[in-house]
Order: sequence, then structure tokens, then C-alpha cells
Amino acid sequence: MLKAFKIWFHQGKQYIPDVTTTDVPGIFRGRPEITDAKVDEDALCNLCPMDAISAHPLRIDLGRCSFCGECAFACPGKIRFTKDYKIAHNTREGLIVAEGDNKPFVLDADSIRSEIRRLFGRSLKLRQVSAGGDNSCEMELNATGNVNFDIGRFGIDFVASPRHADGIVVTGPISENMAAPLVDAYNATPDPKIVILAGTDAISGGLFVDSPAIDRSVLKDWHIDLYVPGNPVHPLTFVNGVLSLLGRKNR
Amino acid sequence: MEIQNGQSVSMSQLEVLPYNTFYSDIIGLMEEPTAHCVNYFAVPRDERLTLICCIAVNASHSIHVLRSEVGRDDKLLPLTNMHRAFHVFEREIHELYGLQFQDHPWLKPLRYAHDRANDASIYDYPFFNIQSEEFHRVGVGPIHAGIIEPGHFRFICEGEKIHHLEIQLGWQHRGIERLFVEKQKLLQRATLAENIAGDTVVGHSTAFCQAYESLAGYQLPEKLAFDRTIALEQERIAIHTGDLSAICTDIAYQLGNAVFGRLRTPMINFFQQWCGNRFAKSLIRPGKTNFPFTPQLADTWRNTIAKYKPHFIEMGEHMFDLPSVLSRIERTGIVPTTTARSLGLVGMAAKASGIEADIRASHPYLRYNELNIKPIVKTSGDVFARARVRYEEVLASIQNIERLIDLMPAADYQPQTELPLRPGMLTVSLVEGWRGEICHCAVTGAGGQLTAYKIVDPSVHNWMGLAMAVRNNGISDFPICNKSFDLSYCGHDL
Repeated sequence: MLKAFKIWFHQGKQYIPDVTTTDVPGIFRGRPEITDAKVDEDALCNLCPMDAISAHPLRIDLGRCSFCGECAFACPGKIRFTKDYKIAHNTREGLIVAEGDNKPFVLDADSIRSEIRRLFGRSLKLRQVSAGGDNSCEMELNATGNVNFDIGRFGIDFVASPRHADGIVVTGPISENMAAPLVDAYNATPDPKIVILAGTDAISGGLFVDSPAIDRSVLKDWHIDLYVPGNPVHPLTFVNGVLSLLGRKNR
Repeated sequence: MEIQNGQSVSMSQLEVLPYNTFYSDIIGLMEEPTAHCVNYFAVPRDERLTLICCIAVNASHSIHVLRSEVGRDDKLLPLTNMHRAFHVFEREIHELYGLQFQDHPWLKPLRYAHDRANDASIYDYPFFNIQSEEFHRVGVGPIHAGIIEPGHFRFICEGEKIHHLEIQLGWQHRGIERLFVEKQKLLQRATLAENIAGDTVVGHSTAFCQAYESLAGYQLPEKLAFDRTIALEQERIAIHTGDLSAICTDIAYQLGNAVFGRLRTPMINFFQQWCGNRFAKSLIRPGKTNFPFTPQLADTWRNTIAKYKPHFIEMGEHMFDLPSVLSRIERTGIVPTTTARSLGLVGMAAKASGIEADIRASHPYLRYNELNIKPIVKTSGDVFARARVRYEEVLASIQNIERLIDLMPAADYQPQTELPLRPGMLTVSLVEGWRGEICHCAVTGAGGQLTAYKIVDPSVHNWMGLAMAVRNNGISDFPICNKSFDLSYCGHDL
């Protein structure tokens, strides 16, 4: 027992005191900034493995981007990835960053359903469903609950059953084989419920979008409340995105 | 034909054997105790099928590649009847091309691939069943209680005791092998490799690069080989640490869960400091890297490890000394050596069951020749052994990186962004990921285009090991057994 206390003591404080302002170590690639420098835009579009870049004016769709940074290496004067990890948005169009859009993401308040903040503002239980996810997004969502990020302090938790949940979080491009179980989980979640798409694969299908083994048709019928980009999603992106949706902080 | 790891051969040099000879040659090779099948697949060729089987022999550090050609309506003698480890490969060939095997003991659907030759439904899997009043069945999944990937487990239990477990996979199938052939940009293929299994990004990307560079006839610069070796060892440290945390979670040992969980953070954050991604996505690229390992990074790594290691050892030594932990993990989920051998287990699970299975030692690649890896082997084959192998491998990997850093070569090479592939070639690329042996095989056509890309994640070999491990255990010990293997669903389903 004494040994256990010793270990406990040696650990010190490990939690991140403020997950909305903390800095990420190293060279994180978050919200990109695009200047008006003249470059061969078509070559950039062609370079991107994810078809996330479109030209005239230059735009990057974070819902398709894998954040590999190849474009920034090719044209460092044109594209720069900042360390801003607050890149979740509640509209699909909100994920598209165009030339000159050099400001932080702000959710579109008008399209947030009013019951979300009223009902889930102080407690949100989520059920995660991996539908062809590669286990990196899943591990990062698990990490949101560890002692560092500790999403539980905000009353947000991942629960075992959709029947206990207020919403579902989908990862992966939605494989045909998982489409029906995903619908089952959605239907088992009581109304009103929210839907969060986490990661590039879930948001756009990523590189798998034109694979015949993928079936994304279920998404047509659902209202998506939050898109959280990343490959995989960084825990801070997820935590901040959900807090913004719930109106728990300014942005 | 006998080749080395990462070597390419011209398809025209591979003798086309009649199936009977192909079959008996494989049986002959498998008599050597360290021989195991690393990949066996079919490639359609006009109306016929080309069969390619790769048998790696650890003792001779070589890989035997055998080729045969059969008609789609032929009825073949199954290798599974002689060696059970072949079941996954023959099931895949049957599922994709409808090829029949006579008296095959377990010709069940493997992953319900979208391009399968039958119209079987994933909701209609032919589960093994026992009609008895004594037994009841328990179905779990595809969606599980935690944040993990989907798979279906069907237990046959007597009270709390598991008699039989059948694991039905395929839910994660994304058609990734076909995308390797269809996507034409090198960068797209490299990105696909990173997404085969997101927990083994370095392992699979390294296997991909080794295959691709070999097909292109590209000589890997020393510095790139060095960087990749460091990344592979660092990935092992990071994921093993996270797994030890998860094992503690499943036995409700809160302290271990919290401490190992937070210790994983600086290990994956090191990748972020290196390449901007906590899972090392974007780090490994054929012919180049955007993020070379620098002396500054070496200092960062040393400082990070200096803070990590004493905590890791303190926690580990306490955990493996605690009766309440040991009583849950010792003699739980045992896979005896004989079973492990007959199922063809690989990697960590095999090492925990007394088998020296480590590609770093048997078929060295990159800088592993210099590191002279001694596989860490335990004999008890239980959850304890699988946890202990992880613990000791983390410490060994730290040592490996320390030794490597002292050997850092200069970065004097020209990065390559295009690597044209040589026509009519076949390559076999083996890499030891943290979970075990990863095999990528690629075939090019007459124009140098990829015609087949075949991936074998270690999980493909090991899922049956989990099914055997839980027999005669309480069903409440299933989660801890599952976690101790920590197999990949998407790596299997592809």
C-alpha cells in the first residue's frame, strides 16, 4: 500500500489545467493559413493525396485533409499549418479554409439546435461507433478520458450502451459491413440525440470514399451536429469542439 | 525460389509448379520447425489463378517463394489439413475466387470482402453450435462496450465457463488492398499504408516502403534506414505502454491504468515533436522523409526518456509484484507452446508462448543486423506472459534506440519523389511491428503497374490464438484475454 502511495506521489499533477488554452508540444499541424502568394495552384491540387485542395481561390477542405503537410512543404510561402487545434465545426462548409481566412474557427450559432445546449449543456453521454475506423481515432477518443485530458471533468463521458447515450460519435469511412449495426446504434439512442463525425475518414470517407466496400448512404438521413477533423482527431480538438457545441466556452 | 527479406524476383524466374508439386514442396518446407507461412494468395490471370505462397524459414533467414497455376473450377487438396496455420489464406482464396478445397475442415467466410465470389451475408455466418441443454450461447458485438473496433464474438458457455469461442470478423472491411492498385499517386499509396492499421502506422508504412523501394530497385540510404528503425522501436514503446494501461483497466487496477496511461502520452507526443502526428502518420515515405531525425531530436528523446523510464519501471515492478494483479493475470488465457506452434502464432503472442518469433532477429532489415536482437521469450503463455513481454520489450527498445543514436549517420542523400516500378516483379517485405510479423507482397505487370498488393497483419495469424486462449476460462476473463492479445480488426479485415 505504501508503495502505491509512493507511486501516486511521484506522479505529481498530470492533468492539463486548461484544455482550452494549453499549447501542444512540437510541430502540430492544425488550422492552415493560406496567403495570397502566387503559386501553381493546379500543381498543388494534383499533389494532395486526399483531393482536399481546390484552386482559384485556393481552398483546403479540412474534412478531406489528412494533415500530412506535403502542400506546406511544396509551397511554404503559400500554405502554413498553425498549431491551432480548435478546428471542429458544426457545418460541413465551415471546414473549408480559403485564401485569406486567417482567423480562428467560430461555430455557426444559428444552426446549433436549441435543445442541445439546454439538455446537454451540463452533462453529455456519448456512444462511440467505429465503422471502418483504423483504431487511431478510437485511441485518441479513449485518450480524451485519460488523466491528462480528463474530459470527464466537464460532465462528458463515453458510455457502453447507446440506450444510455445522448448521442453517437462515428469514426471510420463507414464500411458497408458496419452500415447496418451503425444504424442500429443510432436508432437505439433516445431522442433528442446528437451525431458527431470524428476524423477525416468519417467526415468525407477520406481515401476510401470511392471504394465499393464503403456505404455512406446512412449519413444522408442524419443531422450532423459536429465535424471534428484530424487523421486521427487530436484529443484537444475533440474536447474543444464538444465544449464549443455545448456553449461551454467562447469559441 | 529462395530469397531474402525485401528482395524482388522476376515473375518469369518463378517456376510454375503443378499444384501437386506446389503442395508437397510446401509440406516439405514446413517440416523445418522454424518455417511458417507469411503470405499465400491468388492473383487472377486470364481465366486461371496464379497461386503464390511465401514460406519464411527463421533458421536459414530466408523466404521460399512458390508459384502454381490452377483453374477456377479445380478442386484442390487443402494445406490446412496438414498445417492449421494455412486456414486463413485458403479461406481468403476460396472467398475471393470460389476456388474449392476438398474436405477442408473450416472453409468459413473470412472477411466478407466486397468483391467476394459468393453472395453470403455477414449477418448469416455459419457459427459452430452445440445442441445441448447444458450449454448456452453468448453473442457479443459487432459493437463493443468500449471505444474499440467492431468484431463479433460468439461464446458457447457452460455456466460461467467458456467451452468454445468463435470470432467473426469482416465488419471493418474497406477494400484497402484494391485501393493500393487503383490509386496511382505514390503519396496516396503511402497514405493508404498509414491507414491499414492506425495503431501500427510505422510498422505498415515501413513494410510498404520496403516493398515499393525494392520493386523500384531503389537502394535505401543509410540515414533513412536509421530513421525508420528508430521509429519502429519508438512505436513499440508507445503502444506497449498504452496496452499495459489497458490491461490494468480490464482488471480494474486503477493506479496502473492511470500511470501507464499518462506515460503513453509523452511517448506518442515524441512522434508529434518529430513529425507533427502522435501516431507517426506522415513520417515514413518511400525514397524520402519530410521529417529527418536530427541530433536535436535525439536530445529531446533522451530528456523525454530520462523522465519516463524511472516512472515506468517503478510502476511496472510494483504491478508485477502485486498479488491482486497477479491473481488475475497468471494462469489466465493460456496458450501452450504446442498450440501456439500449430496455430502459427506470431510476434508478441508467440513469444509469450515460448516461441522465438521475431523478424528483427530472423530476417533482419533496416539497421537490425547491427542491433543483434534477442527475442524476449516467456513460456507460461498466459496473460501474465503477454503483459511481461511488453514490459521487457519496452525496456529493450529504449536500449535499442540508445545504441542506435550513437550510430547516427549523416543525411547525405537526394530525396526521391517518384519511384518507377520495374515490370513483372514480385516482392516480399517482412517487418516486425509491435504486434508481430507484418508481410506485404506486391506484384507488378508488364508496364510496371501494380497488379496485386497483399497485406498480412500479424492479427491474421493470431485471432485463432485468442479463440483457443479463452477455452475453460470464465467468460468474465474474456476482456483481459482479448486485451492481452490486442489484435487489430481493420488490419485483419483490410
